[in-house]
Order: sequence, then C-alpha cells, then structure tokens
Amino acid sequence: MMGGLQPGFGAIGYDLAHLLGGAVLVLSFALLYQRRLTAVINIYAMQSWVLAAAAAWQGWVQSSAELYVAALIALGVKGLAIPLALHRIVRRLHIHRAVETALGIFPSMAVGVALVALAIMVVLPTTMQTQVLTREDLSLALSVVLLGHLMMITRRTALTQVIGFMSIENGLILGAVGVQGMPLVVELSVAVLVMVGAVVFGVFFFRIRENFQSLDDSHLDQVGGAHR
Amino acid sequence: MPRAGRFRQRRADCISWWCETVPALCAVPGAIALSPVILTGFALVVAALLGLGAASAVVHHHIPAGATRRRAAAAAALASRRIAALGSLGVCGLGFLLVLTYLLAGAGTATITLPLGLPGLGVPGLGVAGGNLLDGTRYDGGITLALDGLSGFFLLLLMAAGAAASAAALDGPGDTDATAPFLPVFLAAMALTLLAGDAFALVLGFELMSLASFALILTHHDDATVRAAALLYIGMAALGAACLIPALALLADGAGWDLRFAAIRALPPEGWRATLVFVLALVGAGSKAGLAPLHVWLPPAHAAAPAHVSALMSGAMTKVALYLLVRVLFDLCGPAQPVWWGVPLLVLGAGGAVLGGLRANLENDIKALLACSTVENIGLIVIGLGVALAARGADLSTLAALALGGALLHALAHGLFKSLLFIAAGAVQHGAGTRLLVRLGGLIHRMPVTTVCVLVGAASLAGLPPSAGFAGEWTLFQAVLGGPRIGNLGLQILICVVAALMALAAALAAAAAVRLVGVAFLGRPRSPRAAAADEAGPRTRDALTGLAVALAVVGLFPGAVLSLAEPVLRRLVSAGLDDRAGLLEVAAQAGMPGYSAAGIALLGALAAGLVLWLVRTLTTPGHRDAPAWDGGFGAPPPWLPFGDPLTQYGGASFAQPLRRALGGALLQADEIVDMPAPGETRPARITVELSDPAAWWLFRPVAELRARLSAFADAIQFLTIRRTLSLMFTVLVLFLAVVALMEQL
Repeated sequence: MMGGLQPGFGAIGYDLAHLLGGAVLVLSFALLYQRRLTAVINIYAMQSWVLAAAAAWQGWVQSSAELYVAALIALGVKGLAIPLALHRIVRRLHIHRAVETALGIFPSMAVGVALVALAIMVVLPTTMQTQVLTREDLSLALSVVLLGHLMMITRRTALTQVIGFMSIENGLILGAVGVQGMPLVVELSVAVLVMVGAVVFGVFFFRIRENFQSLDDSHLDQVGGAHR
Repeated sequence: MPRAGRFRQRRADCISWWCETVPALCAVPGAIALSPVILTGFALVVAALLGLGAASAVVHHHIPAGATRRRAAAAAALASRRIAALGSLGVCGLGFLLVLTYLLAGAGTATITLPLGLPGLGVPGLGVAGGNLLDGTRYDGGITLALDGLSGFFLLLLMAAGAAASAAALDGPGDTDATAPFLPVFLAAMALTLLAGDAFALVLGFELMSLASFALILTHHDDATVRAAALLYIGMAALGAACLIPALALLADGAGWDLRFAAIRALPPEGWRATLVFVLALVGAGSKAGLAPLHVWLPPAHAAAPAHVSALMSGAMTKVALYLLVRVLFDLCGPAQPVWWGVPLLVLGAGGAVLGGLRANLENDIKALLACSTVENIGLIVIGLGVALAARGADLSTLAALALGGALLHALAHGLFKSLLFIAAGAVQHGAGTRLLVRLGGLIHRMPVTTVCVLVGAASLAGLPPSAGFAGEWTLFQAVLGGPRIGNLGLQILICVVAALMALAAALAAAAAVRLVGVAFLGRPRSPRAAAADEAGPRTRDALTGLAVALAVVGLFPGAVLSLAEPVLRRLVSAGLDDRAGLLEVAAQAGMPGYSAAGIALLGALAAGLVLWLVRTLTTPGHRDAPAWDGGFGAPPPWLPFGDPLTQYGGASFAQPLRRALGGALLQADEIVDMPAPGETRPARITVELSDPAAWWLFRPVAELRARLSAFADAIQFLTIRRTLSLMFTVLVLFLAVVALMEQL
C-alpha cells in the first residue's frame, strides 16, 4: 500500500509504473515503424510482456491478487499464445514479406506524436481531481489506444490490422490496471473477447487467402462493390 | 414595459371573457338538448361510413362460386362500388339534414368521449381555476368528439360535396371499382377531423384522410404520371404531418398534456411557443390546403384522381385543411395573439391567388385548370383569414367578423362550385373521351344539362354578380377594403397591395372561366370524339343539378348562409354579422347599403326579358344561314361539315396574351419556335415551357439537397474497411480535439 495512496515523483511505486507505461507506449511506436511481419508480431509480444509486468507491479503496489491474475492472463494469452498462433499463420501462409503501408513510416510517426500530445492535452486537464498516477496512466493508455487505431488504418494487410486491434486492447488493459478497484471480471471478459476476435480473424485470414491469394483487404472492396 | 403590461392585461381579460362566455353559450335553452343528440348522430355517421368501407372491401374480395371467375370478379367489383357509393350517398344526405338542423337550431356546443382511443394516458381532468372546462368529465385518454358552429359549418359543406361525389361515383366508369371502398373511408376521415375534440382524434382523422385520398388517387396506378402525382402527394402529406403533429404537441404541452381542445383553450400558448405553433400549423395545414408555395402537388394529383375524388379533394379536403387552420389559429391559440400573424397569411394568400389564377389560364387539361383555380380560391380565402387575424389582434372585431364571415362564405361557395365543376369535368372525360381543351368544343349541343350546370358553376368561378362566388368574393373584398384601418403604415400598405392583387386574381379567374366554358362547351367540336360526346349519366346529372341548386340558393341568400356562421363568428372574433347580414342584403357596415343578390338577380332577369322581347319584336321573321367568320381563313373543305375546327380560337389562343404579359415574369414561360429551313416540308412547331416558381425556388433546391445527401450516404455506406475505420478514427480525434480545446479555454 505504499504507492497507491500517496504517489509522486521519486516514490518507487509511481516511478516504476510510469516507466512500464512509458515502455508500452514506446513499443506502440515501435509497432508503427516495423517493416516485416515477424518483427511486428515480436514487438506485439514484447508489448504484452511489458503490460503483464505493469499489471503485476500494480498488483504488488495495490496489494491486489486479482491484478496478478490479470498479469498472468496478459503474459499467457497475449504474450505467448496469440504471438505463437500468429507466427504459425505467417509460416503457413508464407507471408514473410514487408508490411504494406498506406501511409509512409515518417508521416505515421509524426501523426502518432501528435496523437500522444492530444491524449495528454485531453486527459491531464479533465482529470484534475484524481491521483497523479491515475492521470499519467490514463494519458499513456489513451495514447496507446490511439496509436493502435492509427496502425489499423495505416496498414493494408489484415494481419497487421489485427495486431493494431490487439494493441488497442493492450492500451485498454493498461488503463484498467492503473485504476484501483477495476473488477477482475471486466478484464477477463475483455481478454476472452480478444481471444474470440483472434480466432475469428484467424479463420478469416484463411478464407481471404483461399479466395484472393492475398491478405490485402482491398480485394474485399471489389466483392462489396458487387452488391451496389 | 407598459406596452407589455397592457398586453398581458388584455390577454388576461380575453381569457376570462373566454371562459365565461363559452359555457354561457352552451346554456342557451334548446341548443343544449339538441347538440349532444346531433353529435351522437354524427359519431354514428362516421362509424357508418367506416363500416361501409369495410363492407365494400369485403364484397370486393368475396367472389361467389358458380359463374366464371372473371365475370364473378367483375360483378363483385361492381357491387362493391355500388355499396360504397350508394351507402355514402344515403349517409351523407342524412348527415346534411342533421347538420342543417343543428345549425338552424343555434349551433350549441357538445362534447362526447368515446370509450376508445389512446390507452394508458390517464391524465386527470385539468384543474383550471374555477373548473372552467366545458364538461366536468375526467380525461381518461378516450377519443373526444366535439361539435360547435365551426365544425358544423364545414360539415355542411362536407356532407353536400360528399353526397354529390357519391352520386357521381354511382355511374362513374367501371375502372374506379378497385378503390371504391376507400371513398366512404375518405369521407369518414374528413368528418372525424371536423368532429375531433382532442388533438389525437384530429391527427387520426387528418392522416386517415391523407392515406385514403392517396389510395383513391392511385386508382389508375398503371399510368406512370399517376404514380408520380401520388408520390408527390403523399410526400406533401408527410410534410404536413411532420409539421401538424409537433404543433398540436406544443399546444398540448402548454396545457399539461391534456389533449382535449377544452384544456388547450383554457391555457393557450404564448410567446415563442405560440409563434412556433403558428408557423407549424401554417405549413401543416397549408400543405394540404394548397397554400401558395406548397401547392405544387395540387394540379397533378387532381388530374390523376378519378373525377368524383378530385371533386371531394378540391371541394372538401382543402376546406378541411382550412378548418384546421381556423381551429388552431383562431380557436386553440386563444384570442390574444399579435397583429402580425395576419401578415404571412396575407402575403401567401395573395401570391397563391395570382399564381393560381394565372396558371388556370394556361393549363390545357381542364382538371389541372380547375385545380389551379382551387389554388387561386384558397389564396382568396386565406387572405380573408389573414385580415380576420390581423383585425382581431388590433381589436377591430366587426372587421374581423366581416373577414372571417367572408372567408367562410367563400369556402362554402368554392366547395360547392368546385365540386360541381370537377364532377362535370369527369362527365366530359367520360362522354367526350378527353380532358384536353384542344380536343373539346361544342359540348353544349351534346351535353345540355351538364353545360347548364357548368355555366352556373363557372359564373361562381368568374365571380359574376348573383352567383355564390360573387357573394363570397364581395364580402372578402369589403373586408380587405376596410383593412387599411389595421395596424401601422407598413401593414396598411401591404393590405392595399393585397387588395390590388386580389382584384388581379379575380380578373384572371374570370378569364379562366370564360376560357373553360368558351373553348370546351361552346364553339365547334375540335375532334370527332367531342362531336359525338355523350351526356352525363343520370346520377351524375342529379349530382350536378343538386349542386347547381345549392349554389343558386347560396348565391341568392348569402345573408342566410352568414347567419348560419353567426355562432362561429361570435365565438372566434367576438362579434357577429347579424346587424349587417339580413336574408336579402349583406352590408359591409351596419346601417349602410349593401349587396342584395336577389335584387340584382331580379334586375338581371328583367333586363334579359327586355332584351329578349326587343329582339323578338324588332327582328324580321325568317333567317338566312351564312358562313361564320373564319378569322381570315378560306372556306373549309367539303369533308369538314362544321368547318375546319382548328381555325377556331382555342385554349392556347386564349392563353397566349396572358402568357406573354405575365407568364414570362411569374412562370418563366418560354416559347420555342422551331421553323423548318426553306425547302423543308415539315411543319413549323411552337412549344411553350412553363415552370411554377414554387418548383423553381423551393422544390428543386430541396430535391437537389436530398439527392446530394443520399449520394453522400451512399458513398459512406460503401467505403472500404480501412476508410470506414479512418472515418471513425477521425471523428474520435476531432471529438478529443474539441474536448482538449474546451479545456484550454
């Protein structure tokens, strides 16, 4: 119970939580400039590990057993199971080639920085009454969510879009663990939701691949256009 | 501030007067006993009409076994039309007698609550100070029906027009069988609207009226123009509903969500709420009545519907919309409303009157011609309502009574003569096979009864002195000419301009009437089919004759008709016409000489007799046939025994001077002359293009906006996955940016 109630600069509970949250954000940026699929998956796995560490640290700071469970889930499902499954998909579909971007790497990074600034400008003034840690944590989490969204719309292949989607979910969990009293059932349900989403997307990849010999989702638009 | 204080004081005075006078009027002995009986009778009339519609529909679909299926279906359709038309005729005749009795007995108010309606709306009776509601009953959500002088007056017109239209439907052509069950439903809906004693019943009746008439317009739905006209019509009806329902909701909201008119009357709207109600009611009722910028649906819909339906729509339905306008603006909004409420009515009415009059002179289809003339007459009536509103706001009750009386009288006259003319147009279409003026002519020889009745109706249309139309227009003119006493200089100048435009509209209507009668019924037939036209069927002739007799009665005794409207005037503008409207004479001011229709008719008859006598005595016996002047053309070839009919003055010839004089500015008339090159053998052609300013200024921009919006929605619907996500992301980021910006400020 040392950091939860009276955090601040210099307190170990605050500093370490801040460091871990910042690491998650940095990894989000790293996701944005990767050019190879396997690297994207690995960065995502790393982000999930850091997230698990952040959750575990919060669990220790807040003396909450539930957050340890959340950390374990993040480590097991998102740090190991999903990346392994994605690697398998990449191997089976033979798509090791470069990531196709709709927006160049440098503009994506510039927009990402602007989004982080926006998140800070939104969160910090609106949460003036709450604890400092919560405020910083929330702005980091919002930045991660926005960057994940940015990744979804600036990448062409379905697989990178899925990773963007799951990185959004990482941002949500990061925000959730920073706030005291988040019920475990919410995190469990979010985790299950992401699992289901991953499975559905996995099936979906193979179907797209069978039909179009590519994971580029612009092929889907031609199908949609047929219904006009 | 003292001005506002005075205004508030006056409002309080008016309301207290209102609450004291209305129950006092109910307490007139004799009237109070009769009114509930009559109202119950009318509730039964509505129920009977609805039942007739259901019975007719059942018969239509019940095909007996035995005879061949096709013949049995035709017989069932015929029986269904007979049931609907004959039943409506009987019920409307009965209703006419009922309402005449009611009006003659003094038109006391009565209210009944039906045990059906909105469930779960148990609002206890509103405890207004002193318990001034008309009856002490509790409001349990049941439909309230109410009868007073205003609804009685319009019911009189509805029942007369309904009886005539039903009679005409009896021997109408067989292709109207399919929608016959909707005719009694249409009549019932209009009667329900007039009888409504609460906002729910009013909306129910009004919308049922729209839907039933929509179905009736679609009778000949295999024609694409009919479908387009019906679509335009239902679109305008939807617009009307979208304005009318909020208007009534605003009124009910002010009265604590008691939907009954008695409760709304006790707590009339004020300030911005009243203004909003005014605007919404004007658009909602105006779109149905054919008020100027919203009249675009009228000519195509009337041309598309069967004749007896056009007669009902033009004669009765537009008047029901006017009733709604009067009910909301004069009755429900209370007596203390500002003078400027009259201004929009004056402007729109004058614009519609001139525009309708001009278009009536240019249309080639006689039903479209009559529909345009309806726009003109609605404009005149709305001018009367505008003067009445402004005069009432300025506390000039006697002038307001004259204006409102004139509007009611002209509404009745127009309802009768327009029903007559539309039924006659149907007879012409049936008998001569066309409605186009270029193919008609000389019908007086083949259709004498129809022509005589049309002459009576056209005299009203033209506003000739002893006719009903003249009586209404004369009263309206007197009101407008007395109008410059109202309000400030701007309003006075506006009323002067409106008077000039009214005169122009009346002259245009006269020209249109001359054109209609002169081209279609006089002269020589312009097509073989017109030369062999058949007289209208016996029931149609009866309907036409009945309407002509009714018109003659209204025209000769306008004072008697105005005395029927006396309770309405007393109640709505707190002054009557009984000091000015006698049986034989109507005067604009008490004690001044006025208009005596019977006297003028007598003088006219004497003059006509004198001329006849002179002609008989002064002419030499025997006569000699000589060729008619052919307008400079050579003698007709021998195979055209009546002469070449195309050398006659025709509908287009009548239209041309007016089109050149006024059409360019008002209707963007454009003549395109296609001359053949020298040596070519094809004929030269002249085509005329007209476009209604309402279509140009109002409907085209709205249609373009709608097209652009739907194209945009379409584009959004078919975005790629990534673009859809980008859209959502952009919206999210914009939202966050706005939040951040608001935090910085």
